[in-house]
Amino acid sequence: MDFYSISSNLLYTAFVIYFIATIFFGATIRSKEESGKSSRAAAVGITLTIIGFIAQLGYFIFRWIAAGHAPVSNLFEFTTFFGMMLVFAFIIIYFLYKLNILGLFALPVAMIIIGYASMFPQELSPLIPALKTHWLYIHVTTAGLGEAILAVSFAAGLIYLIKKVDQSKLNLKTFSLEFVLYMIFATLGFILVTLTFNAMDYEVAFEYRENGEETTTEYHLPAIVAPYDSTMITEDRFGPLFETPAWMEGKEAGRKLNTFIWSLLGGLVLHAFTMLLLRKRVAKALQPLLNKVNLDIVDEIMYRSVAIGFPVFTLGALIFAAIWAQVAWNRFWGWDPKEVWALVTWFFYAAFLHLRLSRGWHGEKSAWLAVIGFAIIMFNLIAVNLVLFGLHSYA
Amino acid sequence: MNKIKCECGHVNPEGTVLCEACGKPVEKNQHIDGNEKNKLLNMRYDGSARRSQTYNKTIVDKTWNFFSSVKVGVWLIVLALVASAIGTIFPQEMYIPRSVDPSQYYRDEYGIFGQLYYELGFHNLYGSWWYILLIALIGVSLVICSIDRVVPLHRALKNQRPKRHEVFIQRQRLFGKTEKVSKDDIKTFIEQLRKKNYKISEDQGHVLAEKNRFSRWGPYVNHIGLIIILIGAILRFFPFMYVDEFVFVREGETKVIPGTNQQYYIENKDFILELYDPEEEEKFAEAIVQEGGMVPKNFQTNAVIYQVKGEVVPGAEPELEKMKEGEIRVNEPLKFNGYALYQSQYQLNEFKSMSFKLHPADNPDDAIGTFTFDMTDPKKEYDLGNGYRVVVDQYFPELKLENGVPSSESNYPRNPAFIFFVYGPDIEERETSFLAIGANIDPGEDNRYKLSLDGVEMRDVTGLAVQKDRTLPIFAAGAIIFMIGVVQGMYWQHRRIWIHPKEQGVWIAAHTNKNWHGLKRDIKSALDQTSINPPEDQQELS
Repeated sequence: MDFYSISSNLLYTAFVIYFIATIFFGATIRSKEESGKSSRAAAVGITLTIIGFIAQLGYFIFRWIAAGHAPVSNLFEFTTFFGMMLVFAFIIIYFLYKLNILGLFALPVAMIIIGYASMFPQELSPLIPALKTHWLYIHVTTAGLGEAILAVSFAAGLIYLIKKVDQSKLNLKTFSLEFVLYMIFATLGFILVTLTFNAMDYEVAFEYRENGEETTTEYHLPAIVAPYDSTMITEDRFGPLFETPAWMEGKEAGRKLNTFIWSLLGGLVLHAFTMLLLRKRVAKALQPLLNKVNLDIVDEIMYRSVAIGFPVFTLGALIFAAIWAQVAWNRFWGWDPKEVWALVTWFFYAAFLHLRLSRGWHGEKSAWLAVIGFAIIMFNLIAVNLVLFGLHSYA
Repeated sequence: MNKIKCECGHVNPEGTVLCEACGKPVEKNQHIDGNEKNKLLNMRYDGSARRSQTYNKTIVDKTWNFFSSVKVGVWLIVLALVASAIGTIFPQEMYIPRSVDPSQYYRDEYGIFGQLYYELGFHNLYGSWWYILLIALIGVSLVICSIDRVVPLHRALKNQRPKRHEVFIQRQRLFGKTEKVSKDDIKTFIEQLRKKNYKISEDQGHVLAEKNRFSRWGPYVNHIGLIIILIGAILRFFPFMYVDEFVFVREGETKVIPGTNQQYYIENKDFILELYDPEEEEKFAEAIVQEGGMVPKNFQTNAVIYQVKGEVVPGAEPELEKMKEGEIRVNEPLKFNGYALYQSQYQLNEFKSMSFKLHPADNPDDAIGTFTFDMTDPKKEYDLGNGYRVVVDQYFPELKLENGVPSSESNYPRNPAFIFFVYGPDIEERETSFLAIGANIDPGEDNRYKLSLDGVEMRDVTGLAVQKDRTLPIFAAGAIIFMIGVVQGMYWQHRRIWIHPKEQGVWIAAHTNKNWHGLKRDIKSALDQTSINPPEDQQELS
């Protein structure tokens, strides 16, 4: 077996182990002991998590050997790495606070991220000249780690909100919380829809102009939306219903928008189906499971992960990024959308910290901010490449 | 100044909320920190006298108070955040093609919203006066916020005494009473705290255990770092602080490097473009095919840097001295005397020269004469000998044909074309030849002679960015100081524990600026071997 296949198998193994670990963390809900103290199920859960993490580390190392460069150079590799760092951050926070319920939220988020990553092309890709530098590893790994630690605050914030928000009536709060959960369903929807149509080998091609050059693109999902000003060149296929607006500038914006719409629709179906099964909003159904959770500790974790993650993020996503930009493009700051959104993220968490430390925004307010912060990070990870133009097009 | 003398004897400045020495609340000032409504004391700045909370009469006071508010600071951050995000909706002016008129570009590409975006000036948002003003206001807020807090906080922490007032002890978030306690238990407790790196100070049996006070200065250190970065940004408005130029150099050519006061020259010995070969790099084969087979591996200029010997004399041909030879690649700039050259653009296969031969129209092998047209040194006329000569009527470096009318796209010889007049002893007046790459069209069918392309010499052009930036060390220093400050403030916490003996028993109170969980753990484990009750959290969220 070559290094590449070993690496892929290890990633698969890690995914399965995370799944089993999540089940054990789920079992801690029913245990009689107070949450915060360790139970046997929790011990198994965290042990499995560590084994899974080691397996994923193995994926990372073997892929590095196979490619000859650190596997953080495209969307698949970076997103997988982000998921791995999320597990790493969870392990550290777990040993600081021993909060079992966090595993039930952080691990699924990590799994969804890894699942999302694996929908992108996975073959080894060569490094273009701009990426050939040690700053690739230094910048990307630090930025990824920082974002992952910040993501733990999202998991904690979600736990906080599900327990705290009064679910007796439908209002803006309960709706917003449900919307956050819907976004998770939409990511699942993306994975399921992609897997389904890939298994069917579905294909439809379009011809259009990109940057003044005649291009063709192949969709692997039925076309709801076609590229801007394009013609369909595969016959007997569904759609398209409409065209991508012209201002979507990203590379292959049409195909990506089509996938995005499919994800939203898939998420809608999954979410509606789950609600029908539960006969109530998902957050409302989850609320009783969190009865024993000590909100003080959850709040503390939410804050600590921002306190630890913010400096790491600043170092990786702004300072190291600026140094690399200086070396590669002879300007350390160029108002490229990816850069600007890193700055927006930084501004946001700076505001988060000031509000918390100086204006006493603890608890629920903090939790909402943690959720919004994660949304900004995900926007920078996904949407900036989809919607906006820019230099940072590889990932 | 109305100094406030506390019953403990310490003299506090006007506006003090909690006595700097013993912590006793100053009754008339409790409203400042909102203590009168709450069970717990507001310990944010240790109840020290902040200018912004004390004076509010003159315009200076009011301005100071406005900018010292964290609320205002956060609003400024949020505004900057939103503004920055708006700037990414459509590309900024610097990223649109240079050849087009921005006012038209935004309307044509993005419709009515694009036009609005342009009209509002968002196409140049980050350089707009209001964005710069916003960032400047954040800078002012940083300075005033920091000074307003750090000075009194420093005073308070310097003057604090181990012996605290009872009210101060009772109104801490962590507070506990133990009615009966042995001296040994207290000793053990202190010893355990000492082991956890707490600094112990004692005054008549009252003990203060303190740890990591330096972390309190973290926010102010990181704000200093940010201010230094903003100063760096201001310096960038002065052109003498940096050089940012660009130069195209053809292979074999030696050119003056712009922005160096004519001091340095560069020779392009060779420009190299390498692509990944799917057969050589088998592991990448699939990805290379997906990218259409053209994945660049390396852009490189082999360059020689020359320095002018002696003084630079305008107009005179300078005497050059070789200074440095090196390779410039993406991510590997060539540095000399503070300047750096970056591989930035390239142009492959520009024509350097073209050779032509003149021969009878029906016999291409019988050459009458040849000449070479040098793109870098074009001549008006070429003598072929034996009375034959060729006059260059028109030269199009980059041919563009519009309705059959030739013109040139640019001055760069990327697709050259010519109109030649041929004169000779056996030619009546002259013969006209039109030559372009891949085409030899005779305007007149009855030409006796024909000009044919005999050979070409091509070369590559490299585009190099020239940089010298004196502001870089300032930005680097600011970034390092910011990181030190933020780590100092975030990864450590200032923890204090007060042991207040009380007749037979003891009161214990504790405060930390963050991470209460960690403080509780410290106390709990230090009290493990004793009968002292751990203090209780008087403020739980749920």
